[in-house]
Amino acid sequence: MALDSKIPKGPIKDKWTDYKNHIDLVNPANKRNIDVIIVGTGLAGGSAAATLAELGYNVKAFCFQDSPRRAHSIAAQGGINAAKNYQGDGDSTYRLFYDTVKGGDYRSREANVYRLAEVSANIIDQCVAQGVPFAREYGGLLDNRSFGGVLVSRTFYAAGQTGQQLLLGAYSAMNRQIGRGKIKMYNRHEMLDVVKVDGKARGIITRNLITGEIERHSAHAVVLGTGGYGNVFFLSTNAMGSNVTAAWKAHKRGAYFANPCYTQIHPTCIPVSGDHQSKLTLMSESLRNDGRIWVPKKMEDVEAIRNKTLKPKDIAEEDRDYYLERRYPAFGNLVPRDVASRAAKERCDAGFGVNATGEAVFLDFASAITRYGKEQAHVKGLNENDAALVKKLGQEVVKNKYGNLFQMYEKIVDQDPYNTPMMIYPAVHYTMGGVWVDYNLMTTVPGLYCIGEANFSDHGANRLGASALMQGLADGYFVLPYTIGDYLSNDIRTGPISTETKEFEDAENEVREKLNFFVTNEGQHSVDYFHKKLGKIMWNKVGMSRNVKGLTEAIAEIKELRAQFWKDVKVPGTNEEYNEELAKAGRVADFLELGELFAKDALNREESCGGHFREDSVELDGEQKGEALRDDENFAYVAAWEYKGEPSDAVLHKEQLEFKDIELKQRSYK
Amino acid sequence: MSGILNSSIGRKFAMALSALFLMIFLLQHFAINLLSVFSADTFNEVSHFMGTFWAVQYVMQPVLIFGVIFHFVMGFVLELKNNKARQVSYAKNNGAANSSWMSRNMIWSGLAILAFIVLHFIDFWIPEINTKYIVGDMSGLHNGEFRYFHELVEKFHSPLRVGAYVIAFIFLALHLLHGFNSAFQSVGANNKYTKGMKTFSKVYAIGIPLGFIFIALFHHLTGH
Amino acid sequence: MNLTLKIWRQKNASDKGKMVDYKVNDISPDMSFLEMLDVLNEQLVNNDESPVAFDHDCREGICGMCSLYINGEAHGPDRGITTCQLHMRMFKDGDTITIEPFRATAFPVVKDLIVDRSSFDRIQHAGGFISVNTSGNTIDANAIPVNKHDADKAFEAATCIGCGACVASCKNSSAMLFVGAKVSQFALLPQGQVEATDRVLNMVKQMDEEGFGNCTNTGACEVECPKGISLENIARMNREYLAASIKG
Repeated sequence: MALDSKIPKGPIKDKWTDYKNHIDLVNPANKRNIDVIIVGTGLAGGSAAATLAELGYNVKAFCFQDSPRRAHSIAAQGGINAAKNYQGDGDSTYRLFYDTVKGGDYRSREANVYRLAEVSANIIDQCVAQGVPFAREYGGLLDNRSFGGVLVSRTFYAAGQTGQQLLLGAYSAMNRQIGRGKIKMYNRHEMLDVVKVDGKARGIITRNLITGEIERHSAHAVVLGTGGYGNVFFLSTNAMGSNVTAAWKAHKRGAYFANPCYTQIHPTCIPVSGDHQSKLTLMSESLRNDGRIWVPKKMEDVEAIRNKTLKPKDIAEEDRDYYLERRYPAFGNLVPRDVASRAAKERCDAGFGVNATGEAVFLDFASAITRYGKEQAHVKGLNENDAALVKKLGQEVVKNKYGNLFQMYEKIVDQDPYNTPMMIYPAVHYTMGGVWVDYNLMTTVPGLYCIGEANFSDHGANRLGASALMQGLADGYFVLPYTIGDYLSNDIRTGPISTETKEFEDAENEVREKLNFFVTNEGQHSVDYFHKKLGKIMWNKVGMSRNVKGLTEAIAEIKELRAQFWKDVKVPGTNEEYNEELAKAGRVADFLELGELFAKDALNREESCGGHFREDSVELDGEQKGEALRDDENFAYVAAWEYKGEPSDAVLHKEQLEFKDIELKQRSYK
Repeated sequence: MSGILNSSIGRKFAMALSALFLMIFLLQHFAINLLSVFSADTFNEVSHFMGTFWAVQYVMQPVLIFGVIFHFVMGFVLELKNNKARQVSYAKNNGAANSSWMSRNMIWSGLAILAFIVLHFIDFWIPEINTKYIVGDMSGLHNGEFRYFHELVEKFHSPLRVGAYVIAFIFLALHLLHGFNSAFQSVGANNKYTKGMKTFSKVYAIGIPLGFIFIALFHHLTGH
Repeated sequence: MNLTLKIWRQKNASDKGKMVDYKVNDISPDMSFLEMLDVLNEQLVNNDESPVAFDHDCREGICGMCSLYINGEAHGPDRGITTCQLHMRMFKDGDTITIEPFRATAFPVVKDLIVDRSSFDRIQHAGGFISVNTSGNTIDANAIPVNKHDADKAFEAATCIGCGACVASCKNSSAMLFVGAKVSQFALLPQGQVEATDRVLNMVKQMDEEGFGNCTNTGACEVECPKGISLENIARMNREYLAASIKG
């Protein structure tokens, strides 16, 4: 099947408006007869559920957590971008569009990104009307900050808890519809398959995580807003329950999976402390606005720090290597995430890592504290040369800006970041790849939609800071409600979809069989044993920098691990109870397939772009020597994989990307 | 407005209002008792006025009795409801980590105060009602003199009774240490004055019962 | 560190349940409390025993899923954190640690340490929202200026993660801090004032129907709240409720 991205004709700035003017609408009376299933209740799923219910559709929403409010969108810290230009610093829809495409290293679809930039301003209006308490200035108007390597201040925020506030906003909109009976909420339910009837997505099979009951649910369309698959690395900043299962089942039912290798490794996370570690904690990127990243210049200092015979703050200024400022003088500490992450890895690989594992660099606030302290002393007419006073005043400013993050760091690491630099290291954070969708956000399965991080979406090969929240809410509040209506307008005479059909029965039986296999298999090793092994392979060979040898090995190793998993996995208990090991087993089984496709995709893409860095595709000389080199001639396409059984049999379909409004350039942050 | 007393917040509010009323009464009671330390005559005069003035006897007294009963009954109702809200208790609970002993034991300090009120009624109120309304002697005289001061002193002869009073007042202090401020929080007052109110409430909660103890001991030690 | 754990085991909602003792060895002080439980569960699975069920998800203190009552306190002995942020350095080698589910009639136990907190959701369904359509066709965000002080207070109230530690810690199992936080967030913002009367009446009504106890202002909730939500929010709700009762 050839990929049709269904991008509307016409100039980019008119596409979305024209599109909305010409789609088919469903009249309100008919909407009452149409059911929509939404899986996942994060920013994308939650906002979509609320909006579709409000339009009049009957929505059934599913989440595996005990409440929609706990979706992992809640953990997003930094902020949300919107082209409001409240600061009058030259921002515009076009500039947000441009920054997003450039930040994504020219691997996203122009029309989608432009639409995203266009609706971004609406998101802020909407959220404020819903009572989301964004940070404000003393005049009562909204405050902005600059974020993640862009030249304007367009990021709206609520301290370090923006994701939480936006999610609770969407949750409150859902609650209103749940109260009205327009959304039927299924908590602690996990989707285990998509059901297709006559080629169209018409329902899902779920497992009630409390009772183990397998249920059939039907609808006229199915929407997946199930988030990313970063947990394929075992250790990531994702929640423990975040998984690829819904997206992967959709893939197995015919939805193409696009660009799985595009993964964002976030530069500022708390380093791994030992083998017991179950997850990694992100420290907001906003910290890089004030923190300076460095490692010691001299190896003996590195060793002294590891042995705890030297304190980092006692290392003289000239013995510190502020490597981002050195390598990228124009952007310094604010280079995009992929660049910052690789630079940290480069220093640590060279032996300059500053903790026991050798995988950490410093993020230092001392100069920011001094700068702010002097400023405050000046404002208050106090002595700017009183070091103790300046430090105190500066710490107060830093506390106001990042207090919750500093507290979190201190709780985890047991060090006071006001007085000693933080230690950070990159960690898997976000997956730009995902289920392939067209301009309507529909997958290659008719009636099956995919929104938010779960789709391959708008971020190309690398996502800019504060854009994930924007995309999730744009998809759910403002895009999907239009595009799905166009599709559902053909279903006004269909009537209710029966679950008593062969298609549902077959899907349910398949699900039961698999669950049954797990609880009866007499294996040796726990699910986590395999998940950790998979994570190690992924991190070492498909992580921040990739090469042909490593990727080829990874593919073989994952295949072998998968075979071992099916032979030797041990799941205690039964299906008919709350059984977290069983739930995990199903998820890890899917990760073991995805992981291989991921490596295969990385092997196929013989270029470096965004989060995907191939050691064999770098600038060979000149000022940019050693930096990532994109290959637009051969790889300016979306790699969409079709499921054919084993991941190794997956068939590649290419969606050629056309850039009419933005000129392709190599990224430079020098 | 209907059903406000059936809501959790309505009950809290009623509890707080009755508490505030009782605290004002307590202050007045204390002030009059304190007179007995300084001047038997003034104490007698004021006591006689309070005991015979119609507005006190027929308006304030019933209101007070209603307030006391209401506060106790509501306290029990809330306690029962609150117990129902957790039917399985913790195997290990460290309440001291997050709240004061006083706040967690209002029912016990309250019961101690209730027991005291029974004793107090037997000691003073029932004989008083008996003399005035059953026997019909509204004169307040005994052998040609006001009887109030004399009766007061007489009651505090017994070290047992004085001991019981002292213990009851300690419970009252414990009750007030939480209750005073709690009443303000319940009626919705939590603002820039809260800090000052907290200090004042501590002074009141300790000062008033201490004063009562002082009066009891004073008469016990000086009475003949 | 080597530890003894006394853990509440209960097969399902109808089982009676009991405390069971376990031993875990070689626990690193850098582990989080939940990672320590992971070690126990790995051990149980390897010994063909049933692992201890407990709720957890984000493991960074924001989702509000984890809900353990540890040594007599919600989220354990540390302050301003959830269970996932509690680290084993708070304990000593040889300690015995008691681990129970959050207890309240309105939070029935589902299994072991997992409780059903859907009563919180139902309170939110009753009024935890501002009734605006999500079409995006509202007025410009800056057309509604909000006094910074109020905006900050609203934000502080809004940081509630809905974990239920307030209910678990309260001797009366009262949910007033949770409900007060939501009522306050909207009461402090001009957008929320339009339907303030109905909101507070409906949310309190639902709260009472769910079987939570009455607040007696012990303040335990504020102390144990991972996000430090202030008692001020309860006072504000009391005011809002009383005013609303008189009005409507």
